Amino acid sequence: MDNKEILLTMRNISKSFPGVKALDKVDFTLRKGEIHALLGENGAGKSTLIKVLTGIESMDEGQVTLEGKPIHVKNSQHAQALGISTVYQEVNLCGNLSVAENIFVGREPMAFGRIDWKTVNKRAKELLKNLNVDIDVTKTLDSYPVAIQQMVAIARALDISAKILILDEPTSSLDAAECRKLFSVMKQLRAEGMGIIFVTHFLDQVYEVSDMITVLRNGELVGEYEARNLPKVELIGKMIGKDYEQLQQIESSKKTSHEAKENFITCRNITSEANIRDLDLDVNKGEVLGLAGLLGSGRSEIVRALFGADRILSGELNVNKKRIKRNKPITAIRNGLGYCPEDRKSEGIVSELTIRENIILALQAKRGMFRFIGRKEQNRIAEHYIKLLDIKTPGREQQIKNLSGGNQQKVLLARWLATDPELLMLDEPTRGIDVGTKTEIQKIVLQLAEKGMSVIFISSEMDEMLRCCGRMVVLNDKKKLGELSGAEINEQIIMEMIAGGKSV
Amino acid sequence: MKKGIFSRNFSLIVTIVLFLLLFTAGSLRYRGFFSAQVFLNLFIDNAYLIIIAVGMTFVLISGGIDISVASVVAFVGMLSAYLLRNGWNPYLVMLLMLLIGSTGGFLMGYIIHYFKIQPFIATLAGQFLYRGACFIISTSSILIDNPVYSTIANYQIKLAPRTYISISVVIALIVVIAGAITAKFSKFGRAVYAVGGNEQSANLMGLPVARIKISVYVLSGFCAALGGIVFSFYTLSGYGLQNIGLEMDAIASSVIGGTLLTGGVGSVVGSMFGVLIQGIIQTIIIFQGNLSSWWTKVAVASLLCLFIVLQRVISANRERIRRRMLNDS
Repeated sequence: MDNKEILLTMRNISKSFPGVKALDKVDFTLRKGEIHALLGENGAGKSTLIKVLTGIESMDEGQVTLEGKPIHVKNSQHAQALGISTVYQEVNLCGNLSVAENIFVGREPMAFGRIDWKTVNKRAKELLKNLNVDIDVTKTLDSYPVAIQQMVAIARALDISAKILILDEPTSSLDAAECRKLFSVMKQLRAEGMGIIFVTHFLDQVYEVSDMITVLRNGELVGEYEARNLPKVELIGKMIGKDYEQLQQIESSKKTSHEAKENFITCRNITSEANIRDLDLDVNKGEVLGLAGLLGSGRSEIVRALFGADRILSGELNVNKKRIKRNKPITAIRNGLGYCPEDRKSEGIVSELTIRENIILALQAKRGMFRFIGRKEQNRIAEHYIKLLDIKTPGREQQIKNLSGGNQQKVLLARWLATDPELLMLDEPTRGIDVGTKTEIQKIVLQLAEKGMSVIFISSEMDEMLRCCGRMVVLNDKKKLGELSGAEINEQIIMEMIAGGKSV
Repeated sequence: MKKGIFSRNFSLIVTIVLFLLLFTAGSLRYRGFFSAQVFLNLFIDNAYLIIIAVGMTFVLISGGIDISVASVVAFVGMLSAYLLRNGWNPYLVMLLMLLIGSTGGFLMGYIIHYFKIQPFIATLAGQFLYRGACFIISTSSILIDNPVYSTIANYQIKLAPRTYISISVVIALIVVIAGAITAKFSKFGRAVYAVGGNEQSANLMGLPVARIKISVYVLSGFCAALGGIVFSFYTLSGYGLQNIGLEMDAIASSVIGGTLLTGGVGSVVGSMFGVLIQGIIQTIIIFQGNLSSWWTKVAVASLLCLFIVLQRVISANRERIRRRMLNDS
């Protein structure tokens, strides 16, 4: 790889957001004719690095050079002018325009002062043919599946400029055949000397096309590796922050598995609108069940389906031995389920409301609109949980947005605890929270389970999962790979399962 | 997949078919309805609304809304009447009106884009401002007796014996044609569709979103002022309470003509037919003779419901097709 000409270097890139260091002195190098995978878990800094490179965010410090010349990217238009094009995860095109227009809008070829539609359509057709896509380009973009839309986005990116192509999670909505098509296009472009940055969380795909791999973790550079010299298990270790060798030495922290195996939830053959397919899952009373897997493995989608946030299309869901036909969040709440979503800011807290109001929300919903909870009782409940969970605040009437992330999370916990749930589903409850609070939350989870509550626990941090979970379901690619319980739970086995992508 | 192309123009086709049906129905039911002049009167009586609807269409396609246009018409009528009474040159007055309309549009567009104010609120402020300003000029109506205005107002362009159109109709048709060409064949026009389809995407595709968004309000302000001038030819007076609710007629015309209020879809020609449909309903009611003219609103209300539901069905259908393709592929 060393003989290839260097196209782009990013050196010592740092970027802070209020309270978070998103990038800390990160280096990144891209060479001509190279597909370079940029990997890391949630919050590792991948997208911030991409945003810095494409001018959407400005960096605090660092240098970027393109073909040896220092550049300072001002905005996405400027990035395009420099030859850096991005295809985002969500197709950033206009569904209401025709395919051809999407490729040419803003730079349509003109003839006699008007847009020359014939040329537009002809050239769009040719561009897409080069990518092995043969479609009617005069139809609107939204009449085609996402895979085609992705190709159109790539065609546009290539036609505008062709030095660096950034593909940000391009395959998350593609199926296997569509991915192969995309990969063959990527390889073709690589052969033409383009540098491609490939951001993904599908590790198989990384190995299928990438030459180089750069891993980020917590805003820091873990390292740059040649793909063929980095076994997948080691790669996963680097992403989640454990050395493979180290792991082999660690004794798995054994958990006493609860002998009382009374079932709370049974799922059979559940298929959800978020692409969970034919899932079988049992949740027992009083256990902490971990859903292990990388980002995008389906761990969040499972709890969303159980909570009725995603529609269940087929299969059987039983809660407390009762068959649930039409699952909606309110049904789930009344059946004793609680759910702290992954995205605390947009799906969890209501930032303008006070702590008391935030805590009461779910309980009020559970009781129904017309059985208003009196102010006195509200105060009592709020005070109770502020004390119980040690929420650090000047008072219950503070707006929740003024609290730190950890305390906000505790308020959300309180919201669900107030409903006295039988199953609490926590999706990344400790993300972006200081270490002290993290341990507190873990302790609370274990205490709750001891008292007989069931908990589904999701975290990107293996350590935390090992500490909390009595049983683990390992997921990859929205499929269940297997289950581990008690003494079987072992980081190394989990990593091997994910890496192998096969059931145990 | 022919269905896709068809559904894209489906609303427009329905609008035109509906217009023809109404015209046929009127012709069969009423004596004297089926004549070229009845048809042309639709244009003569609604020229100003057609012009305003063209500007409105661009705003709606961009995903915005402009509810200031009716007040602009009233203000333009009022101020022109006032200035003409004070002996201003009529051509200078017209030029000034167009300038005022465009500048007002620019200011509203600027506020909408840079201060991220909802278009409804920003143009509501404009609406109040223009309407209030009318009454600063005068609380009663002012007649226009300028000879240039009267000549233009009364001039008849003979197309055939006893068949004529007014100069306003010519202006309106020019605006429609220019608008249609702009929408379909200019970079600006296509960019308006892109912004309305997905503003964030348009920005990431490198389109000058700020300029486009502000421009549509300038265009709408210009069209409203031009509509106001044409309207003062029509009434030869200015009055502050003139045309209350006209902005909604313009919006309704656009929607009936196939424009989506969510932006990204619509056509200038469709909006013109939207105006004509409202006009023909009114004509039918006049021919009927024993109905209040407010029945026009009732009829338009039912049409609006019909079209909104129709559009919803079409887009839901398209979404379903897309999903099915996703799952199949």
